Amino acid sequence: MSSAIPLLLAIGLGLAGWLVARSRAWKFKREAADGRLASLPNYHAWYAGLWIGVPVLLWGIIWNAISGNLILQHVLSNPAAQGIPAFGMRRDSILNEARNVASGLADRALAPEAQALVEPFREATMLYNGIGIAVALVLALIGAAWAFMRLKPQFGARTRVEKGVLTVLFVASLVAILTTFGIFLTLIFETYRFFEMVSPIDFLFGTHWAPDPMASGAPDGSRYGAIPLFWGTIFIGAIIAMIVAIPVGLMSAIYLTQYAPARLRSWIKPALEILAGVPTVVYGYFAALTIAPAIRDIAMSVGISNASSESALAAGLVMGVMIIPFVSSMADDSIAAVPQAMRDGSLAMGATTNETIRRVLIPAALPGIVAGIMLAVSRAIGETMIVVMAAGYAANLSGNPLEAMTTVTVQIVAMLTGEASLDHPATLSAFALGFVLFIITLILNVIALRVVKRFREAYE
Amino acid sequence: MVIEQNVATSGKSLEAEAEATSAPKISASGVSVFYGDKRAIDEVSIDIHTEHVTSFIGPSGCGKSTFLRTLNRMNDTIPSARVEGTIELDGEDIYHSGMDVVQLRARVGMVFQKPNPFPKSIYENIAYGPRIHGLAQGKNELDQIVERSLLRAGLWEEVKDRLEDSGTALSGGQQQRLCIARAIAVDPEVILMDEPCSALDPIATAKIEELIDELRGRYAIVIVTHSMQQAARVSQRTAFFHLGNLVEYGHTSDIFTNPREQRTQDYITGRYG
Repeated sequence: MSSAIPLLLAIGLGLAGWLVARSRAWKFKREAADGRLASLPNYHAWYAGLWIGVPVLLWGIIWNAISGNLILQHVLSNPAAQGIPAFGMRRDSILNEARNVASGLADRALAPEAQALVEPFREATMLYNGIGIAVALVLALIGAAWAFMRLKPQFGARTRVEKGVLTVLFVASLVAILTTFGIFLTLIFETYRFFEMVSPIDFLFGTHWAPDPMASGAPDGSRYGAIPLFWGTIFIGAIIAMIVAIPVGLMSAIYLTQYAPARLRSWIKPALEILAGVPTVVYGYFAALTIAPAIRDIAMSVGISNASSESALAAGLVMGVMIIPFVSSMADDSIAAVPQAMRDGSLAMGATTNETIRRVLIPAALPGIVAGIMLAVSRAIGETMIVVMAAGYAANLSGNPLEAMTTVTVQIVAMLTGEASLDHPATLSAFALGFVLFIITLILNVIALRVVKRFREAYE
Repeated sequence: MVIEQNVATSGKSLEAEAEATSAPKISASGVSVFYGDKRAIDEVSIDIHTEHVTSFIGPSGCGKSTFLRTLNRMNDTIPSARVEGTIELDGEDIYHSGMDVVQLRARVGMVFQKPNPFPKSIYENIAYGPRIHGLAQGKNELDQIVERSLLRAGLWEEVKDRLEDSGTALSGGQQQRLCIARAIAVDPEVILMDEPCSALDPIATAKIEELIDELRGRYAIVIVTHSMQQAARVSQRTAFFHLGNLVEYGHTSDIFTNPREQRTQDYITGRYG
């Protein structure tokens, strides 16, 4: 069944129910002695519409998920399917071809076995589509019966619709949580497989990172030391980038909220936010083509002969610029949210604007400022493109910002897009890296929350 | 010289004495305030004396708070506000270009309508002013200033054991006394109070009024109030504002018992406002 059909059915039937219930409610209203209903006609309409549309929609989702398999089972029970191989690529391609021809995506099948299966596929699809639609109609009828039996002049449709809306909102908020949970489960599962092959101790404490995607047999644990990657990530994303982004972001937020005339602010602020919208690949060009060579030239000119054209410094600087808007816009909002009374109180004591900002506004706005910095750090740690282009793939454990370095995310991409098969330890290491990165950012966030709680100066 | 005059005028009332012996602390003449094109204050002239409580009364929107805020240039924080005329503090024009606003505000303290303690500890709230103005050498002296300010504001006994608690955790009345203590801590000459009791309950209000009376001996106090009873209770001088004009200014007792202007009469008898 095409996935549009249940959606259209749900909307169509729901709308029909909506209209009927509405006219019914209007009729109640006309007949009611005082011309008043417990709920407005629109609420009656929504009540009926939801009772019809939602079950059909849910059924559509379920049916979409299972009908493909049911059709396949049906086709395979056909005598014409006896001849095809029991498994393997050939079997899949025959079935796919037959399915495509049956649904009109292809004109004819190349393999004779597939041609033989086209008709059974067509039949099965018709049959199950019919079943699906029939069940949807029955559900709509049940829903309609349920709803219309309850529509009375004194029926409290308003509160019921309220509950329905509440449920929808609740489900929406669950989606994000469930997705996070799903991601986490995938990570755990794959990470476990990796740690079956490579010892976690080698991985977490080893200082040499050089996985060999071509190696077969038991992996060499000493090539899977992830320390250089984590160091690179922290050095580029959390140290160099933050040295740029925190002072510049904070100072621009202070200037914009406290000093800038309204007209200047009205165009600087959007301009800053455009900075956040530039694709990171573009920053990557900039870092690789402009900043990195410039840094190398400067290093050369002051007598550092071995400066490379790929450097952690170039990547970190450009990344710092990229995340300025995150720091400044959160800091801006939270400084602007400090009540004017605080500012007035300080100014009336004879404090200068600058003293007021440092001693009153920033402490009071601290939670927002720290939140902005945390957001910026996680953005920087997750950033891949700029590092690939400006800092390279070489896993170096070094404190020298002029050296090439690599980060966890870069290696995740490198491993996943490499030539090794999906169950090779080199590929699986990507999941382990992701898992550890996930844990690290989680811990960072918890620490930041604690710090904020401890030091913040809450107004009201 | 002061003593001589005191002897010479010994027959008069205490107030008249003070008036005769001292030049006005603040002297405003022909002051107009504009917000954009709108004139909020129209040619107000008034003398404010030290060791007096002067109250500004009048219906809402009459400009009394606006005028108050011109006295320590807090109107500077509103970009569209513009002040004309002269205001002199001890004979020195405060709107003169050479005037240091920061120093001015240290000399002319302010207490706001809604208590606005900083979200810091009680101690830090008081220490804020002395720190930024460098009034204390070392921790001991700062401790003394904090204690003295809280004592004068009548808050010491209530908070001496919890100076490290947040200032915002105090009750409304305590917060307002904390704000007064904070203003006192920088040793100002004038304290401006903008409806300091309007957010407080009657008991807290009574405490603040008592405090104002005690502080009178040391500072010139100007208080904006909505409550005529309060003006009558705490002030020696009363100024009645209406629609941006200073309608009448004089001894509080005269204003309330024997007003010269019909508009004042109408307002204090509750005809409008």
